[in-house]
Amino acid sequence: MKLENEFWFDEDAGPLVRPYAVARGRTRPTRHNLEMTTLVVAARTDRDVNVDREYAHILRMCQQPLSIAEVSATLNLPLVVVKVLLSDLIDWGLVIFRSPPRTSDVPQMELLQAVLDGIRKL
Amino acid sequence: MAFVSSETSVTHALSARAVKILIAGGFGVGKTTMVGSVSEIRPLRTEEMLTELSSGVDDLSGVEDKTTTTVALDFGRITINPDLILYLFGTPGQERFWFMWDELAYEALGAVVLADTRRLESCFAAVDFFERREIPFMVAVNCFDNAPLYEIHEVREALSIDNAIPTVLCDVRKRNSSKQVLVTLLEYLIGLARSATAPAEADVAESR
Repeated sequence: MKLENEFWFDEDAGPLVRPYAVARGRTRPTRHNLEMTTLVVAARTDRDVNVDREYAHILRMCQQPLSIAEVSATLNLPLVVVKVLLSDLIDWGLVIFRSPPRTSDVPQMELLQAVLDGIRKL
Repeated sequence: MAFVSSETSVTHALSARAVKILIAGGFGVGKTTMVGSVSEIRPLRTEEMLTELSSGVDDLSGVEDKTTTTVALDFGRITINPDLILYLFGTPGQERFWFMWDELAYEALGAVVLADTRRLESCFAAVDFFERREIPFMVAVNCFDNAPLYEIHEVREALSIDNAIPTVLCDVRKRNSSKQVLVTLLEYLIGLARSATAPAEADVAESR
């Protein structure tokens, strides 16, 4: 499958360490309100922050808002592992996040209309 | 941990928010094709590790009986405007796994159930799932070459779904056709939201 190879970073390398090792064995993020469509962005533009490799990679990637699903796909790591890493970065003040809007929120109509307008323009 | 800060550093703000729509249906029905035909990025693949209790084993003993399964899903992205991003998630092929994946369905705006008339039964489970979770959905019949053609009402009957649920024919390989499916879904969702907020007004409008 060509598709699977296209988004691997560092040429064709797969993950260099097993997923749970990256998260130091943790399977539960410290923040429980992170979802696959939660958007994350690096808090600042400076890239020379002294953090481990995976964290630094996330910070470089997140100069634009990305969903946790996109971070997971690009790093080729399961969502749960990425949530653990992002929880750390959020706790350290290096990443900010925004949860998806609740469907129970009142201005649902405006949201739906905006999505419809956007799709029509495709 | 030492953080190096520089004078040139700019603080990012995050005003954007993201919403999602699910594309469901049986294996090989064209979910990823549909995602890819409207997405602004080539479909990405993410995966999750889901824990399930093994069946047929003594389940009194706890953690030993849990098995972890990796489930993959493909998704695409449509930037509606700088503050709003739509993600389209194609549900994984192995139904028994995505049905227990609560996060996937959580806060989804709605869903498209893709159907293949050669094996309509392959989307029964998805229809059932969305009905039970009260996630608004529509049915899009992906017209494969050489597939038997049915009338919309025949498909509705076969799936035993309500007449109010939009059911359309489409060809998900074509961007315009996939786009039209999404337009239909959004119009349906807007109609539902409207009648939920102002039921009296909606009745008046319909009786005109």
